Amino acid sequence: MDIVRVVYKRPFTLGLLFLVLILLATIPLYVPPYPVISLTSVIMYIVITVGWAIFSGPTRYISLASAAFFGVGIYVSAILGQILPLPVLITFGGLVSFILALFIGLLTLRLKGMYFIIFTFGISELIRHFLLWWETNFMGTVGRWVVAVDHTTVYYIMLIISVIALLTTYLIRRSKFGLALRSIGENEEAATHIGINVTILKTITFAISAFFMGAAGAIMATRWTYIDPKIAFNPLFSFMPVLMAIFGGVGQLYGPVLGAALLAYLEELLITELPYYYMLLFGTILIIVILFLPSGLAGLIEKWRKRGSEGQYANTRR
Amino acid sequence: MRILEGEGVRKYFGGLAALHNVNFNINQGEAVGLIGPNGAGKTTLFNLISGSLPATAGEIRYKGKKITGLKPYQICKKGVARTFQSAQLFAGLTVFENALAASLFGKKRAISVPDAEKEAKELLEFVGLSTVGAVLARDLPVANQKRLEVARALATKPELLLFDEVMAGLNPTEMAQAMELITKIRNKGITLFMIEHVMKAIMKVCDRIIVLHHGSKIAEGTPEEIATNRTVVEVYLGE
Repeated sequence: MDIVRVVYKRPFTLGLLFLVLILLATIPLYVPPYPVISLTSVIMYIVITVGWAIFSGPTRYISLASAAFFGVGIYVSAILGQILPLPVLITFGGLVSFILALFIGLLTLRLKGMYFIIFTFGISELIRHFLLWWETNFMGTVGRWVVAVDHTTVYYIMLIISVIALLTTYLIRRSKFGLALRSIGENEEAATHIGINVTILKTITFAISAFFMGAAGAIMATRWTYIDPKIAFNPLFSFMPVLMAIFGGVGQLYGPVLGAALLAYLEELLITELPYYYMLLFGTILIIVILFLPSGLAGLIEKWRKRGSEGQYANTRR
Repeated sequence: MRILEGEGVRKYFGGLAALHNVNFNINQGEAVGLIGPNGAGKTTLFNLISGSLPATAGEIRYKGKKITGLKPYQICKKGVARTFQSAQLFAGLTVFENALAASLFGKKRAISVPDAEKEAKELLEFVGLSTVGAVLARDLPVANQKRLEVARALATKPELLLFDEVMAGLNPTEMAQAMELITKIRNKGITLFMIEHVMKAIMKVCDRIIVLHHGSKIAEGTPEEIATNRTVVEVYLGE
């Protein structure tokens, strides 16, 4: 029974994914610019959230350094935008964030719980204020202009980054390193005692997750055209992925995608339709989710699914 | 052959001497008990051997090579596995995944995923948990959590196993089963070093017993010798 169901389910899920991808890839051909630009923001949030969840999902280390990695990508784009061709620029933005994350990782991953959260938040703020100080004292001007790129290219690059981020997540989750990361999240002490080199594993995973945030920042900068430390290192980019991932649920691969897509769409909608109630509604939704859906939307969906497929055994377990 | 040696091992927590100049050695294939009143430094000694804590001074050698200063994961890969006083499982992972993770990462040489899966299954069978492989570790009753911890330690293919009170919290039936399991592990040729408060168990299983008191070794010998040793009796029952 089980095997039949798995074989049957796989092509269906794959086919659905493929269909969604084709749909997303062809959207700029028949949709006006504005929705495409909005969609780019939605996908940007998906990338940051999925990137965040690569590390913080299984290990349960809540990182608030997303804004640092995203902002570094933005600044790389602003500084090198005129020199490097676009694909190289994006990769480079990701790489600089990757290297920054390696350093931060080696410094902070000894910290746990609250200390780690505060430290990562402090790092983002430190970089933001340092840049602000640097620009006011040494550059004479705050902020920079970024070479603009047309909105369709921005959209496609963001889409490609999101696909790569999802693929990476999928591969890590399925590999033995996915299991190791989850054991770290469950009990780090025990994980080291069964032979897992937790420091290296955490640091590299943290850096991989930062790569995608940096890449997203690098391409996003070309759409915003003007950036300064306040825009690039906006703390909101540290908090949003956490909220979106929790809203969607980090237990499943699609959780962060769902959470980011829904909340980002909601943000786009509320900001234009109900600008005064935006934060109010947003906050209310979050409180409800955190109170009543501890494992997010994905947790709810999985519960329904299990109920559907295991109905007849419902009373046999415990 | 000596598999584990400790020389002048000391551990201070601030001004408190948790271990004070302890010398010990364990031969290959032996089962050695470590007893002593609460606060004697037994678990601290285990923490030093497994690398959880750095030693203040002294040297611990495994198969003649110094292991003090190594990280827990390195010591594990060398062939030393441990269990914890209160089971430290991956509570949100399934029983099978708990064993699988140890099987995948605990050995010196990397092992393929299918091999690790096979091994994890065999070990769950060995400790008697094969029917609950898909259950979350946190849903297991205490006795089974202890078994799973043993299975996970075994999955790293150890030559030396450190048991920190595997009998604690078990009822008499479960204790008998645990004794049986320990005998089975000994028959595999694995060297055992175990902390235990259940005297009946330790007298039966161990070839030799080391007694700690206030961080110092006060006696060492066969179970019979220890049972009749005056100092030990005084420490346990008071003068």
